[in-house]
Amino acid sequence: MTMAIEVAGLTKTYGTTVVLDGVDLQVARGSVCALLGPNGAGKTTAVRVLTTLTRPDAGRVHVAGVDVLRHPRAARRRFGLVGQQPAVDDLLGARQNLVLFARLHHLDRRTARARADELLEQVGLAGTGAKPVRQFSGGMRRRLDVAAGLVLAPEVLFLDEPTTGLDPAGRRDVWDTVRALVAGGTTVLLTTQYLEEAEQLADDVCVLDGGRVVARGTPRELTAAIGGDRLELVVGDPARAAEAARLAERAAGGPPGAPAADGVRVTVPVSRRPGVVGAVVRALDEAGIEVDDVVLRPTTLDEAYLRITGADRTRTEVPA
Amino acid sequence: MTAATHPAGETTVGARLRWAVTDALTVAGRDAAHWRRQPAALLVNALFPVLLLLMFVYLLGGSMAVPGGGDYRDFLVPGMLALAMVFGVEATMTAVVTDTARGITDRFRSLPMAPSAVVAGRCLADLASSVVGLVVLLAAGLAIGWRPAGIGSALAAVGLLLLLRLAFLWIGIHLGLLTRDPAAVTAVQILVWPFAFLSNAFVAASSMPGWLATVAEWNPLAGTVTAVRDLFGAPVGTGGGWATEHATLLAVGWPVVLTVVFATLSVRRFQALSS
Repeated sequence: MTMAIEVAGLTKTYGTTVVLDGVDLQVARGSVCALLGPNGAGKTTAVRVLTTLTRPDAGRVHVAGVDVLRHPRAARRRFGLVGQQPAVDDLLGARQNLVLFARLHHLDRRTARARADELLEQVGLAGTGAKPVRQFSGGMRRRLDVAAGLVLAPEVLFLDEPTTGLDPAGRRDVWDTVRALVAGGTTVLLTTQYLEEAEQLADDVCVLDGGRVVARGTPRELTAAIGGDRLELVVGDPARAAEAARLAERAAGGPPGAPAADGVRVTVPVSRRPGVVGAVVRALDEAGIEVDDVVLRPTTLDEAYLRITGADRTRTEVPA
Repeated sequence: MTAATHPAGETTVGARLRWAVTDALTVAGRDAAHWRRQPAALLVNALFPVLLLLMFVYLLGGSMAVPGGGDYRDFLVPGMLALAMVFGVEATMTAVVTDTARGITDRFRSLPMAPSAVVAGRCLADLASSVVGLVVLLAAGLAIGWRPAGIGSALAAVGLLLLLRLAFLWIGIHLGLLTRDPAAVTAVQILVWPFAFLSNAFVAASSMPGWLATVAEWNPLAGTVTAVRDLFGAPVGTGGGWATEHATLLAVGWPVVLTVVFATLSVRRFQALSS
């Protein structure tokens, strides 16, 4: 399998802050890779390095077979970038924007116009005429922004948090556009804070935390790696929730992970085996803790992510 | 994808140079497109110095004594023209800050265009809008009865004014690249005023207290003001120091030095965007 993106040992430091701490990444041609991570994980810096905007301190970067650090201009012809905020001209119309960007890709005037029309069609903005972009909805603006990244039909498209700040309809719009592109063979690297987005779009997920890749795999593999399911209990008396969490954990037989109690809600990681639910409920019943509700839930990517990045460190501590 | 063809790589120096020019014109064309869409914005910018001119001539002009005699109008028009060029620093800085803050600068930097065109395009667009501003202000001057001495010297004066604009353009680009904070633009908009008043644009430097007169005379704006006054045939007055005696030298020297310094700093700053 050939790789559209190959990154090795990427390091970037600002002052004493290590933003990228030896990032390795491979994205197969024609696939969608989601860079997932909390704010400050280094996602945007990684994309900026991959798209020639930022020079790393160390590391190798190949995009579409081109050494990005040695041949930035050649690389720029092979990727498209859709940055974190729509970088289009507000005063101009959609077509005017695309013609401008097409001209800056060195297409001659006639080709630029023809390409602009194709792109408008592709992202569903044909017919917006001369309407200035500042009158567009967030979703339309984003789609125009995506179109601006597609002028030369790049082999690789980078999307940095493409749906941040969009309403659900706008988000779906952008997702559909990305899916259509992928169907056409474009490789996509997107960064996102939304797990749903990664689940919806990505073949592979790469979790970045503190400038390091802390986990990678398909969304399914990641949730499986976290292992087990979760038993969610609602107890009658919030004062006994912590006690319930301890009892439930013991009854469930000590699977990986710590139980959590939050108000009347108790979450206990369990490994699925016969009788585990009954054992937990019985243990609580014997201790005289009233159980109002029990649900056995498979681990979601959301939980896997929180566990991997340790973002719920505070929640997993059982209050004494 | 049918229409897009991958353009050949720009390998030769000649091809690179050609694209640098073409790309700069394309980037500047974006501003031209803005003007076509919002001609009012361009006009309002051009009319502000006209408003100042009218206020100073008709509200304050009555009590202004012009050194060497002559009409305050003839004294002020060259000063206002030079000031309009200095005020351009705000427009340039605003444009650069806005483009950087909105990600347009990064968009350009991620395209296979000539990187120099981002800045060169700004330069061309702002010089063009300054030409419009000069024409409007000159027309206003003519309308209130000011007359230049001759066409040839008037053109030379316009040349000196645009040279001054070029210097402040690069200052604007540099300041714009230094910050992403729109509040910094406001600070510059405020600081431009003491800078403007501490010159010979509104009153003769010789009318100021000793050391202030020297500062005013050496203001980068002052050489241009005096030289332009001279070229338009207004009395320049006597009793100035070395700086006033050598106004033309300063009218060329100051902008050239400022341009070299700030263009160098801007290019460095632009390259540092990738650090």
